[in-house]
Amino acid sequence: MDAAVFIVSAVIVLSGAFGVLLARNPVHAALFLVQSVFGVAVLFLLLDATFLAAVQVIVYAGAIVILFLFVIMLLGVDRAEDLDVEPIAGQRPLAVVIGAGILGTTLSALLVAVGGPTGAPATNAPLGDAGDNAQRLGEALFTDHVFAVELTALLLTVAVVGAVVLVRRLAGPLQPLPVAAAAPETQGEADTPDEGEGA
Amino acid sequence: MVIAADPLLLGPIGLEVFLIILIKVVASFVLLMVSVMLMVWFERKLISDMQNRIGPDVAGPWGILQTLADGIKLFFKEDLIPENADRPVFKLAPYLSLVPAFLVFAIVPIGGDFRTGDGTVGWFGHRTFLQVADPPMGILLFLALSSVAVYGVMLAGWSSGSKYPLLGSVRASAQMISYEAALGLAIATVFLTGGSLSTHEIVSSQSNWNWNVATTGVVPFLIFLVAGTAELNRPPFDLVEAEQELVGGFHTEYSSIRFALFFLAEFMNVITMSAIAVTLFLGGPDGPILVEQVAWIWPILWFSLKLLAFLFSFVWLRATLPRIRYDQLMDLGWKVLIPLALGWFLLIAALNVGRDRGWSPVPVVLVSVAVLWAGAAMLGGAVRKARAERRAIELGSDEVLDAGDGA
Repeated sequence: MDAAVFIVSAVIVLSGAFGVLLARNPVHAALFLVQSVFGVAVLFLLLDATFLAAVQVIVYAGAIVILFLFVIMLLGVDRAEDLDVEPIAGQRPLAVVIGAGILGTTLSALLVAVGGPTGAPATNAPLGDAGDNAQRLGEALFTDHVFAVELTALLLTVAVVGAVVLVRRLAGPLQPLPVAAAAPETQGEADTPDEGEGA
Repeated sequence: MVIAADPLLLGPIGLEVFLIILIKVVASFVLLMVSVMLMVWFERKLISDMQNRIGPDVAGPWGILQTLADGIKLFFKEDLIPENADRPVFKLAPYLSLVPAFLVFAIVPIGGDFRTGDGTVGWFGHRTFLQVADPPMGILLFLALSSVAVYGVMLAGWSSGSKYPLLGSVRASAQMISYEAALGLAIATVFLTGGSLSTHEIVSSQSNWNWNVATTGVVPFLIFLVAGTAELNRPPFDLVEAEQELVGGFHTEYSSIRFALFFLAEFMNVITMSAIAVTLFLGGPDGPILVEQVAWIWPILWFSLKLLAFLFSFVWLRATLPRIRYDQLMDLGWKVLIPLALGWFLLIAALNVGRDRGWSPVPVVLVSVAVLWAGAAMLGGAVRKARAERRAIELGSDEVLDAGDGA
C-alpha cells in the first residue's frame, strides 16, 4: 500500500517537475509546479507528517504559486517565450555548469558518502502519533530553533518593509511632495508624481 | 499512514467497514447535491419574498423543482469555447472550483452525541463518526482546499482570453487571498481553545455548556463570518461579479455545463462554509436530546437548524446590503480584520500560557491589553499618517489643476 502510494505520488512529482521545465507557456509551467507541490504533500502524508502536508498546500500552492501567476498575468508575459533571445549574456552556459555541479554533488552525497548523506542515523519510525504533529513542530521551533525562527521573522518583516518602500512613490523627506514643489506655473511637473523619484 | 482516528478504521478493515465508508461518501455527495438544489431555490424564493416578488413558482410545488429545470436546461445548451481561450486550462478550471467545494464537507461532523458520548454512532455493529473523514490535520484541510479554490477562479478568468474575465479573476483572487489570512487567524484561535486541529476534537471541546463563547464565540466568530462571506464572494463582497463593471466576472465566457459547474461550486461553497462555521463556533451537532427513543436524530436536527440559520443570513445579507467599494474591501481586510484577529489570538495565547504557568489572569489580561493597545495605536497612527499624506497629495494636485485651469 505505502509503496503504491509512493510510486504514484513520485510519478506525479516528477512529471510535474518535467512539466515545469518543458512547458512553453509560463502559466502552464506554474500549474505543473502546483502538481508537483501536491505530489510532495502526498509524500508528507505518507510519512505521517500531516501538518506539513497541509502547510505545503496552503503555503506553496495557496500563496507562492498564486503570486507567480499574478505576476505572470499582470505583466502579460503569459505567451510562449521566444527562446532564441538570451536575456542575460552568458546565462545559459553558466546555468548548465551550475546545474551539473549541483547534480554531481547530490549524487556523490547520496551514493558515495559513508553512512548516508549526513552521517546521522535515519529516522525510520514515527516519533509519535500523527495527531500531535503540530505540537511537536511547535515545540521544536520555539525551543531548540527559536533564534532561527525569530531571525526568519525579522528577515520577512524587512522584506515586507522593503517592498512597501519600493512601491511608495512619494515617501520620506528626501523626496519633496509635489504639492510643496509645485507652484502654479510648474503645473506640468506636478501632474506626474513619478518625477519626484529621482530625488 | 494514519488517515483518521475514527474507531471504525482502528480495527481490521473488512467488507462491512468498506461498505460503511462507501455509504458515508455517497451519502455526503447526495446530501450536498440535494442541499445545493434546495439552496438555490431557497435563495431565490426568500429574496423574492424580501423584494415583494413571487419568484419561481411554476416547476413543482412552490417552484421547488426550478433548480432541476435550470440544471437540465444548462446541460443541453451549446458548450462554447472562445477562440482566444487556452483550451486545456479553460476546461480544467470549473473542476478546480468544484472539487474543493465537495471535499471540504468531508471533515464536517453532522451528527453524533458529543455531550454524553464520544460523538460516535453505531452502524451495523461498528462505532463510527458521522463524518466522512477525520484527518489529524483537520481544519487545515479546509484552508488548503479553499486556497485551491482560488485557482479555479483565477484560471477561469485568465484562460478565457478576454479582458473582463481577467479583471474579474484578478479581483477575485486578490480578495480571496487577502481574506484567507483573516479567516486563518480566526480559525487559529479555535485551535488554541480546542487544543486540536481535528474537527471532531474541536466539536468535542465545545460541547460544554457554553460552546466556548467567551474565547471564540464573539471576536473570532464575527471575523470568520465577514472573512467567510468575502471568501465566498457573496454580497456585500461580490465585487468579483460586479455586473456594472465586469459584465459577469471570471465566468463571463463560460456557458452550458461548465457554467453550471461554477454555479454549483458557488452554492456548495456557501453550504460548506456555513457547515464549517457551525462546526468551529457553534458546537456542531451539539444540542439537547429531547426524546430519548430517537436520540440519534437530535444532533443531526440541531446541526441542520444551525446550518439553516447561516444559510438564511447569507441570503438576508444579499438582499439587504449594497456592494462595497474595492478600496473599502481591502481596507477592511488588511487594516481591520487581520490586526483584530491577530490581537485576539495573541490575547488568548497569553491567557493559555498564563493558565499553564499558574499566573493570575488579571495581570496577564492587563499587560496583554496594554501591549495590544500600543500596537493598535501604532498601526492607527501609521494609517492616519498615510491617509493624511495621500489627501495632501490629492488636494494639492487638485488645487494645482484648478489654478492651471484658471490661468
